[in-house]
Amino acid sequence: MKQTTHPPDPRLLDRAGAATAAPPPVRTASRRRRRPRSRQWAAWAFLAPVTLYLALFYAYPLYRNLDLSLRNYTVRSFVQGDAPFTGLANYRKVFDDPTFGPALTHTVVFTAVCLLFQYAIGLALAVFFNQNFKLSATLRALFLVPWLLPLIVSASTWSWMLNSDSGVVNSLLGAIGIGPVNWLTSPEWSLTSVIIANIWIGVPFNLVVLYSGLQSIPTSLYEAAALDGASAWRRFWSITFPLLRPVSAITLLLGLVYTLKVFDIIWIMTKGGPADSSTTFATWSYRLGFGNLLPAFGPGAAVGNLLVVAALVFGLVYLRVQRKQALS
Amino acid sequence: MTGISRTWWKTTTGLVLTALMLFPVYWMINVSFTRDQDMRKSPPALFPVHGTLEGYRAVLDQQLPYLGTSLVIGLGTVLLTVALAAPAGYALAKLRPRGGGLLSFLFLVAQMIPGIIMAMGFYAIYLQLGLLQSVPGLIVADSTLAVPFAVLIFTAFMSGVPGELLQAAQMDGAGPLRTFRSVVLPMSRNAVVTVSLFAFLWSWSDFVFASTLAGGGAHEPITLGIYHYIGNNNQEWNAIMATAVVASLPAAVILVLAQRYVAAGVTAGAVKD
Repeated sequence: MKQTTHPPDPRLLDRAGAATAAPPPVRTASRRRRRPRSRQWAAWAFLAPVTLYLALFYAYPLYRNLDLSLRNYTVRSFVQGDAPFTGLANYRKVFDDPTFGPALTHTVVFTAVCLLFQYAIGLALAVFFNQNFKLSATLRALFLVPWLLPLIVSASTWSWMLNSDSGVVNSLLGAIGIGPVNWLTSPEWSLTSVIIANIWIGVPFNLVVLYSGLQSIPTSLYEAAALDGASAWRRFWSITFPLLRPVSAITLLLGLVYTLKVFDIIWIMTKGGPADSSTTFATWSYRLGFGNLLPAFGPGAAVGNLLVVAALVFGLVYLRVQRKQALS
Repeated sequence: MTGISRTWWKTTTGLVLTALMLFPVYWMINVSFTRDQDMRKSPPALFPVHGTLEGYRAVLDQQLPYLGTSLVIGLGTVLLTVALAAPAGYALAKLRPRGGGLLSFLFLVAQMIPGIIMAMGFYAIYLQLGLLQSVPGLIVADSTLAVPFAVLIFTAFMSGVPGELLQAAQMDGAGPLRTFRSVVLPMSRNAVVTVSLFAFLWSWSDFVFASTLAGGGAHEPITLGIYHYIGNNNQEWNAIMATAVVASLPAAVILVLAQRYVAAGVTAGAVKD
């Protein structure tokens, strides 16, 4: 979902972290002593709507999802809500499913390859755009377009470009003598196709974040290195790359959390097929819950919860890294 | 001598790279103007030489209700998001509530939950409440895409409002509500714009919630309009791509009119400064 990539704000996170970790400034403490009650009441009055919202529209759907995964739901009991409790049976069913292995492999490959290319391309472009030349700001802004487009627009455009018979990609490949590739309809290529489309969508985010990271590296370092006769290649590896490490870690971890849950692109382009060849946990979960005439809500929710656990684990790693950087 | 020629060389490279990156966008526009009989021509025409507006006529004939629904849902999401997040940002930034740090942390975690899982939970709840295929239901679901981000943006922005101003307002006898309405909110216009833009864009682009919660109903957003197109008439790609072009207009408008807000939203200080 575009949601593929809405970046939370790490600097804000620093502040949030600092708010919990650091003792409040003296001034506030004294003020709080003066009017502790009314201020707390006012604060929570302002926070009440959003807290209620968090409980109703995040916690409760998550709880329902957990509940779904622990009961044996049929369409009838789904409506009536009297499904029998079956413990981890749905999870066992999911682990034993022949789709589990391929879905796991595809999720790992999809995430790893997308991250690698998005980051590498994003970094190369960021370094390129960091040399201020005419039009560089305008062109950099244009690079945001793929990120801003609705995913269904990108996915359907790529579908048509990758069409076996009439797609422009095969036509260009044909011009240099490469035979037609069945991008979306052959099991060998379907995963590659969705990876290509998703890399295209993710590059802008990497470019923008890494670019702003580059901006904070002092130019005097480069000038000194240039005086010492270091080549551009050398300067990149001994100045840019090491100094960019904190930003890189943040970019990659955020990318990881967001790539894990990519669903729209794959579903719209291949529906996870053909023959599960591009099925990831996200599309598998959706197909179990909504893709068939007879929905399997229980197993669908179980697959989804596995995804939640993975996303949260990496999410918490991200938060730890972020906080460590904020403290250092 | 080398200075100028080197910049030109870089500008040219930049133009080529941008053209490569935006080729799919160009191709979408090109196909949207292509005649049906040229659609399967090999090789495909790189320019719409026999341009047609058939695709856009199909959009006007068939897609307007979808676009209208998306507009309503987008605006509803913006209102709900700002109404929930702005007061929360104020409280977290200026009133130092006990437990505020935990709440901020929960919002960060909430952003990491895959949408498809949220969709399944919402489906179960809406089924019981009879909210499936309803516009308010979709507005609430879409707002979950934006609210955590919005709270973080507002908190960051409102932390920058000088404390002296708030104290002055307090001296004049303004309570927290009055201070919020008359001092903090007007000063946070940029944050409101940034949040609104992203809330609208995400809601407009949402496919997961639309397909699970609104599919088959009377009010379907434009993302489903395109999705049905792909499913049904595989042949009329000019109509599909024309709809895609129209669906991309908000993104284009936002990029042109509000680019600085977009850049601010993307990085939102992803880099420690």
